[in-house]
Amino acid sequence: MSIMGTRVVRVEDPVFLTRGATYTDDLTDERLAGALHLTFVRSPLAHARITGVDTTAAREAPGVVAVITADEMDLTPTKHFPAVPDAMARPWLAKDTVRFVGEPVAAVLTEHAYQGEDAAELVEVDYDPLPVVTTLKQSLANEHLLFPEAGSNLACEFGGEDEFSDDLFDGCEVVVTQEIVNQRVAAAPLEVRGAAAVWGSDGRLTLWPSTQNAQQTKGEVAGWLGVEPDKIHVITPDVGGGFGAKIGADPEFALVAWMSRHAGRPVRWNESRSENMTGMLQGRAQLQTITIGGNRDGKVLAYRLDVLADAGAYPRIGVALPTFTRMMAAGVYDIPKVETRARVLVTNTTSTGAYRGAGRPEATAAIERAFDLFAAEIGKDVAEVRKLNVPPPEAFPFTNKGGAQYDSGEYAKAIDKVLDAGDYAGLRAEQKARRERGDVLQLGIGLSCFVEITAGGMTAEDATVEVHPDGSVTVLTGTSPHGQGHATAWAMLASEKLGIPVEKITVKHGDTDLIPKGIGTMGSRSLQTGGVAVYQAAGELADLAKQRAADVLEASVDDLEVVEGEVRVSGTGTSITLAQLAEKDQLRIESHWDGQMPSFPFGAHLAVVELDTESGKAVVDKIITVDDAGTILNPLLAEGQRHGGIAQGIAQALLEEVVYDEDGNPLTATFADYGIPSAAELPSFTLLTMETPTHLNPIGAKGIGEAGTIGSTPAVQSAVCDAVSHLGIRHIDMPATPLRVWTAINAAQNGSEA
Amino acid sequence: MTVKVEITVNGESTSADVEPRLLLAHYLRDQLGLKGTNIGCDTTSCGACTVLLDGESIKSCTVLAVQADQQSVTTMEGLSSGTDDLHPMQAAFRAEHGLQCGFCTPGMVMAAVSLLEENPKPTEKQVREGLEGNLCRCTGYHNIVRAVLTASGQDPDKAEGSEPGMVAPGFSTGSGA
Repeated sequence: MSIMGTRVVRVEDPVFLTRGATYTDDLTDERLAGALHLTFVRSPLAHARITGVDTTAAREAPGVVAVITADEMDLTPTKHFPAVPDAMARPWLAKDTVRFVGEPVAAVLTEHAYQGEDAAELVEVDYDPLPVVTTLKQSLANEHLLFPEAGSNLACEFGGEDEFSDDLFDGCEVVVTQEIVNQRVAAAPLEVRGAAAVWGSDGRLTLWPSTQNAQQTKGEVAGWLGVEPDKIHVITPDVGGGFGAKIGADPEFALVAWMSRHAGRPVRWNESRSENMTGMLQGRAQLQTITIGGNRDGKVLAYRLDVLADAGAYPRIGVALPTFTRMMAAGVYDIPKVETRARVLVTNTTSTGAYRGAGRPEATAAIERAFDLFAAEIGKDVAEVRKLNVPPPEAFPFTNKGGAQYDSGEYAKAIDKVLDAGDYAGLRAEQKARRERGDVLQLGIGLSCFVEITAGGMTAEDATVEVHPDGSVTVLTGTSPHGQGHATAWAMLASEKLGIPVEKITVKHGDTDLIPKGIGTMGSRSLQTGGVAVYQAAGELADLAKQRAADVLEASVDDLEVVEGEVRVSGTGTSITLAQLAEKDQLRIESHWDGQMPSFPFGAHLAVVELDTESGKAVVDKIITVDDAGTILNPLLAEGQRHGGIAQGIAQALLEEVVYDEDGNPLTATFADYGIPSAAELPSFTLLTMETPTHLNPIGAKGIGEAGTIGSTPAVQSAVCDAVSHLGIRHIDMPATPLRVWTAINAAQNGSEA
Repeated sequence: MTVKVEITVNGESTSADVEPRLLLAHYLRDQLGLKGTNIGCDTTSCGACTVLLDGESIKSCTVLAVQADQQSVTTMEGLSSGTDDLHPMQAAFRAEHGLQCGFCTPGMVMAAVSLLEENPKPTEKQVREGLEGNLCRCTGYHNIVRAVLTASGQDPDKAEGSEPGMVAPGFSTGSGA
């Protein structure tokens, strides 16, 4: 019986549940014995000139081995995204100017961690405040520049204004426009950032970072330090969540390595949560203007998305994400005319990067709000208008106006499934009754339909599978799990081909000496790239075993099958185990897989909220989702990915927002201030099953990691808006906190637009 | 200045001269090498550091080691003898896929053990409220709640209000079951 598609519990769990996983801060590697602790002195001001740094008192504090400032640093300021002006390079330690609260200004090396905190407080930095730019509109005005030499706050532009045509909405009976905030949120993995480094006597650096991809980290750190990549050995310990914000290397990783070389001793760094909430890449942060036009029969004819995206102070990967937003702007819909542009701007805030969905949730939120607003304007049902505008299954592969080729999809079916499961008609009837009664608790119903790109731009991955003489198996993968369960899932894929139980299969990742090639885990790419590579390698290994067994067993290869860890001659009792074959000669296959094209999972979410019209508080009563990611390898793991995504999407819709005051002070720099939901704020989720396989790989799988976030955010936001739509409210920005909802209701009752 | 503390941890006597400001979490991690207890936030918000102090769940990042002097501490490592001998709560977390990255897990498991000590047969709502002080960023809590219900001897699929044919229990935060 095939193991594929079954609910295999995780092989990594017994260790995780008894002694705990080994995260970077847990390492007891003997190479780190006697390691110094690195503590950063970070800027308390969002924009200021540094007029003096006095380290005298800090140097004399107990346990201090070194205090480093920009004057001691020999690393050249570096751009962290290629396509931005050279002037926007980031210094490793700020020398003349600080540009966000949390920017490293100095570093303290101490024998013990507590001593570092004491000494860091003794570093005296004098600042001269500069005008602060915190919002995108302030940045766009270019009144105050973060990098005067750049001449503008514009980091990058995708699609110019000249691409906007004057006649885009000609012929539309109805045109609706709306400015929408897709607010900045924090990835906030439970494990903060951390790294440890030591240089060997051979001049090689060993670096243990908390990252989603060891190989990229190696390349980046090598470039930053100016050393050859083969002089760096990256080992990824267990990683306590990433959600996109741990893609690649953080500048701090290079600083840890540099400090270790400088001090001649191993160095460890494990940040505080407040450092994490100001230093780790943050997500979303777009201000969107949407315009949608169509006819009163519900057919949408034209759509325009104009994006301002916040890069934060020093442009990093966040600069690139609006390209995904543009590509996926039209979402699931077949809209004849679509125009988009994006301008990415710098502000005196934390840099932005990928966060679960990374550019696609922003596209989906925009188009889904646009459809709601359009449906409201023409007085038609939101589900009906959506279904009227999606391409039918026979239209696939379907090329959208952004140039993306959707491999497979059945969007109307996904919508119908959630409507049926939720008793949509019944919900609308209940809503109507509550409205007629004037209940304090109103019902809001939100629908979203989404498609996303997974494995975009990074479709290849390698795998090695080896059977050992003791019958165990080692799998090497370039993907890099941080909660996804690859140790189990990749073992299932090898087990399927070799018939060896998953308990005897060890999956290794994240060691660049052992696995020099790999792209890592992000963008919902792993199963359809690294997983398929394992599946392919294991299949090739089975073929190799059959060829070798044919000689031993004196049988034709065509008569052989690999079952239960042995090669058998069909219909006879003759066999040889894979272990025995491995004893004779190494039984190992390295394989390269490239799916060539990204895949496009899709789905629909139906959210129901109960909204207290007196307090403005919305509670998600239920959320029913279709997240079609093609063929499912392990439903237990796939559901877990959906659950986590749904929760993060609900959180963005209702609770979470990184907030800065007008001086650029972060007001959400702790978990006491930032609105991560607990179990008490969330419902259980209703997951529906729908599997539309992709033809792009032999297991039919698409990506699942980000789907939940992409679908749930607009569904829940829409439900909140829907709950108060009868009061004349069109739109409420996220997060739809009680204050924001109450303010909208109050404004509507007073006759002004919210 | 240091202070001598004597703390029974997972049934074994431990003792050390520590700084008065040493957090219990750091005592467990750095003095004893019990790295299962994680620190996630510094503000008593996330609960990754939850352990039992004389049987009550506490957040060890905001308790000083000296406050635990002459008391007994249980961490996740103390729940079972090893990977082949999972405590019912550990087994339920595995069976229900109640963990992903694993960082919140030691604290979540200890909070859940403490919850069932106080309320052996909680409803879904009671589980959710009982675990309010423990944050998880991976699971959306769905399978954590299922795990705790399972560990309490209840079938999460047959909880009141669940809808047939659906993967998840269909009840919501508000139902109370």
